[in-house]
Amino acid sequence: MNWSTMGPQLLTAIGETLYMVSVTMIIAGLVGLFFGVALYVTRPGNLYASRVVNTAINLVVNFVRPIPFIILLAALGPLTDSVIGTRLGQNAAIFTMSIAAVFAVARIVEQNLMSVDPGVVEAARSMGVSRPKIITTVILPEALGPLVLGYTFLVIGVTDMSAMAGAIGAGGLGDFALRLGYQRFNDEVTWAAVAVIIVLVQLVQFVGNSMARKIMRR
Amino acid sequence: MTSTVTDSPLSRPGEDAEVIVRFENATKTFVTGKGKGRREVTAVEDVSLNIRRGEIYGVIGYSGAGKSTLVRMINGLEPATSGKIQVDGHQVDGRTEDQLAPVRRDIGMIFQQFNLFTSRTVAGNVEYPLIRAGWDKAKRKARVEELLQFVGLTERAGNYPEQLSGGQKQRVGIARALAAQPKILLADESTSALDPDTTQEVLGLLRRANREFGITVVLITHEMDVVRSIADRVAVMDSGRVIEEGPTARIFSAPQTETARRFVGTVSHDAPNAEELAHLSQHSRGCLVVVDVRDGVDVGSVLSSAAARGVNFRIVFGGVSVLQKQSFGSLTLDLAGEPQAVEETIAALGELTTVKEVSA
Repeated sequence: MNWSTMGPQLLTAIGETLYMVSVTMIIAGLVGLFFGVALYVTRPGNLYASRVVNTAINLVVNFVRPIPFIILLAALGPLTDSVIGTRLGQNAAIFTMSIAAVFAVARIVEQNLMSVDPGVVEAARSMGVSRPKIITTVILPEALGPLVLGYTFLVIGVTDMSAMAGAIGAGGLGDFALRLGYQRFNDEVTWAAVAVIIVLVQLVQFVGNSMARKIMRR
Repeated sequence: MTSTVTDSPLSRPGEDAEVIVRFENATKTFVTGKGKGRREVTAVEDVSLNIRRGEIYGVIGYSGAGKSTLVRMINGLEPATSGKIQVDGHQVDGRTEDQLAPVRRDIGMIFQQFNLFTSRTVAGNVEYPLIRAGWDKAKRKARVEELLQFVGLTERAGNYPEQLSGGQKQRVGIARALAAQPKILLADESTSALDPDTTQEVLGLLRRANREFGITVVLITHEMDVVRSIADRVAVMDSGRVIEEGPTARIFSAPQTETARRFVGTVSHDAPNAEELAHLSQHSRGCLVVVDVRDGVDVGSVLSSAAARGVNFRIVFGGVSVLQKQSFGSLTLDLAGEPQAVEETIAALGELTTVKEVSA
């Protein structure tokens, strides 16, 4: 592998991947948190129990999640075009990645909130705390540790998605590995991309684990 | 905190005390399952009762009797299906979750499983309701210190719930429930997860909260011992209904229903059961009678005059206890002698109290 030509390209690819993954995690993290909380609180017997809303959100989540990302990337083309103004490039990729990730985040958030002891919610209700305040000051803090672990897990999934973004000209490590490595029969280049991704994921996992450990005090 | 309630344990809210919680024909029905499996379960059925300001009111019953649901109807955690519930002059039934909030701020609650916030320290748990009630920081700090002192956990302020024992957790629960100075404290099986020593400690705190702050305590339990320790009045629940209600001493001395008798029997075993009776009959030399003992019933004088007439008596079973200044209990006597004299002794006892002949 020729570092003088490949090195700068690898650095650019790392930058592109980091950009796509972090922007997607911020957008999908917030929007997904909203839908995850909505899924949780509208469950039967919960704070805002509503069969209609719960079923509707579940339906959408279950509809989008099984679509393979590479197909979603193509299928959402017209929508991406009308929102972002182009079907190509990083922002177009972030748009589609965010949509796909929102539903994954929503599920993970819902599952982690289920671990909150209903008795604690009942205690807050018995104090006359308003429902929005129960969500923000009781439910989310009580589930914070598992939520951090859940988001850490999702970073890996989003990194996986970002590797396909090369298909719509967004660059990134996936594009680097496929175009400069695989297609040119340059296995060293491919493996360089693999090594970088492993290091990145390990770093994220390490930070996530230690944050969760600190929050959960164990 | 100043209060018009005296510290004397003997001065309790009487018949004329103001009603703070009123149930009128309150019913709660749960619907379970759907479609063909749909079933209606009535947890609380047509309950009417009055809880007086400043008293400790016990609700006893077996699990599934509906007592947990009943107590949750007071703060609207379980809305009534029909009937009326009034708390401190406010109508509780018919309110939405949001409308219930102001009523709930005057009602503290403690739970069997404590339900402490695991993400907050001991001090953080106690402070939480004060933050929500909008107290400023300095006032909150002072109040938290005062409460932790009250429950004896000052040194544990910075600990997290998982570092505490069950009894300590419940004491945090009590401090948290009392934080915003409620008028009523609901205790839902608050000692059922605790050992006997810790139970007494927690009951002691509830009694002090009642005496020192004049707070009305509604306590549900399946342990008659708990009721006997602190309740002024008690309601006995069975299958969703209140089948008996009255001053604790009255329920203990003269239970009217089979359920109440069984509960009383769990703590005061003063009359022989069938097996014990069979054993006593075998060794009886005369006539076995069970005599109820209450204040003003002078069994002794009857027995001494019986002895003068040649009736030989032995006390073979019994127990007498004092509750809320009243004695009650029963004695099982074996009376031997001239049949005529024994007959007359039983008749003389019968004029004083309830006498039951249990063998010939």
